[in-house]
Amino acid sequence: MKLREIAHSRTGDKGNISNISVIAYDAKHYPLLLEQVTAVRVKAHFAGVVQGEVVRYELPNLSALNFVMDHALGGGVTRSLALDAHGKSLSSALLDLDIVLAPDGK
Amino acid sequence: MRTIRIGSGAGYSGDRIEPAIELAEKGDIQYLVFECLGERTVALAQQARMKNPDGGFDPLLEERMRAVLPVCAAKGIKIVTNMGAANPEAAARKTAEIAKSLGLPSLKVAAIVGDDVLDACKAGDLPIMEFDGTIKQLGNRLLSANAYLGAEPMAQALAAGADVVITGRASDPALFLAPMIHAFGWAMDDWNLLGQGTVAGHLLECAGQITGGYFADPGYKDVADLARLGFPIGEVGEDGSLVVTKVARSGGAVTAQTCKEQLLYEVHDPTKYFQPDVVADFSQVRIEEIGPDRVRVSGGRGKKRTDTLKVSVGYVDSYIGEGQISYAGPGALARGRLALEIVRERLKLTNVAASELRFELVGVDSLHGPEVSARAGEPYEVRVRVAGRTENLREAIRIGNEVETLYTNGPAAGGGAWKSARDVVAVASVLLPRELAKPQIRFVGA
Repeated sequence: MKLREIAHSRTGDKGNISNISVIAYDAKHYPLLLEQVTAVRVKAHFAGVVQGEVVRYELPNLSALNFVMDHALGGGVTRSLALDAHGKSLSSALLDLDIVLAPDGK
Repeated sequence: MRTIRIGSGAGYSGDRIEPAIELAEKGDIQYLVFECLGERTVALAQQARMKNPDGGFDPLLEERMRAVLPVCAAKGIKIVTNMGAANPEAAARKTAEIAKSLGLPSLKVAAIVGDDVLDACKAGDLPIMEFDGTIKQLGNRLLSANAYLGAEPMAQALAAGADVVITGRASDPALFLAPMIHAFGWAMDDWNLLGQGTVAGHLLECAGQITGGYFADPGYKDVADLARLGFPIGEVGEDGSLVVTKVARSGGAVTAQTCKEQLLYEVHDPTKYFQPDVVADFSQVRIEEIGPDRVRVSGGRGKKRTDTLKVSVGYVDSYIGEGQISYAGPGALARGRLALEIVRERLKLTNVAASELRFELVGVDSLHGPEVSARAGEPYEVRVRVAGRTENLREAIRIGNEVETLYTNGPAAGGGAWKSARDVVAVASVLLPRELAKPQIRFVGA
């Protein structure tokens, strides 16, 4: 299953730093996000894009995670050579992550 | 408990104007806020002001003011905006002139000045946060330095009777916090109230992004009537309580999901959202749907503000040259790849001096590069794109030229070539001791 089935997401940008929220549609899937959508996995998913550190913040009240990715925007929106200088499309790319559901469907 | 209703009439400079008119006419609001200033916009506006001393404010200011001033004046709705960009006083004069021409000569228009801190920054030679270096090292490439001002001067202008308050660089949430401070008399050191108000401001600042704009994903996140997307209203109580809603029967949707996406938008550590007025803490925020298009948001908190203000420094960073050309039909991908290889080699052969280059196939790997895009199948058409960074305009022009000449010197059937070369006004940040920025209120007579 893809992350897209259980979570939604949006990207923001400040300078050369991109942040991606990952928000469970249903609070019951938050533990799954905690367990499987790790900073290490996100960094690996964006190999070739994110040059710096990836830090994960947890927001249990919102059933959400927030990933802050350093050196992710080719120098930042004001000087990037990229078509998507803001990195707005990164959120959709992250929703392509594979998620394994436990046998009981949780 | 007293409650005010604040409408968000724009989330960026080029935003649609119809939803703001709808808010003024049907939103039952007391305040209409237009957030129109992006990270880099002030630096570009400073360049415009150098060419024209009466310019340098938002290009859509006149159109927006003409559209909303009559109804706002009739209903007593106060307007707060950062459309002043690099020239709030000229923007205020223009607004007063428009008010007069609309038969509203008694409208009070205030400009907040003092965000321009170029001299103070130069004097202190502050270190730049994004890279190793100081302001002095930017030399004559330095264009502008504007501090993110807080809500206080805007709230004072409202208290002094302003109908329209026009700022330059101010923090986006502060545009919304100012009416709350004014209406409820919040103390400037009541950190939890200021924190909760900042939550409200942050949720409202991007206008349509919380009412379903920038949210729809068919089959997963469906949004009704996006073409008629309405902009948000924040119902804020004097205790900082917040309900986000929108004009009845406007398009879009306010849901827990749209609010959560907006809450985390452009946030790093949710326990420390640095603002000029407060360090807001979003970590305990609760979001609940209490009715159709009605979402209650609570639990925002705050800590004491820092002794420094963030300053955006605009500077000429480099030049970017770019060229594009398309290939279609069988073998399009192979011809596109060949085209990239040819340009790569020619840029070397002709010694084009670029410090950074991108070679990509639009529709194949242009957004996230070849590794992430490896799953994609072969497309019917591809667009070749080469972009590079150079030290001067002449070198930048040469990059686009090497793409355009693929017409008669490259693979078969290339079409739709396009090229450009431009200077890059980039933005970096410094932290300035708070007392070195001295905001002032200037009323402009109509």
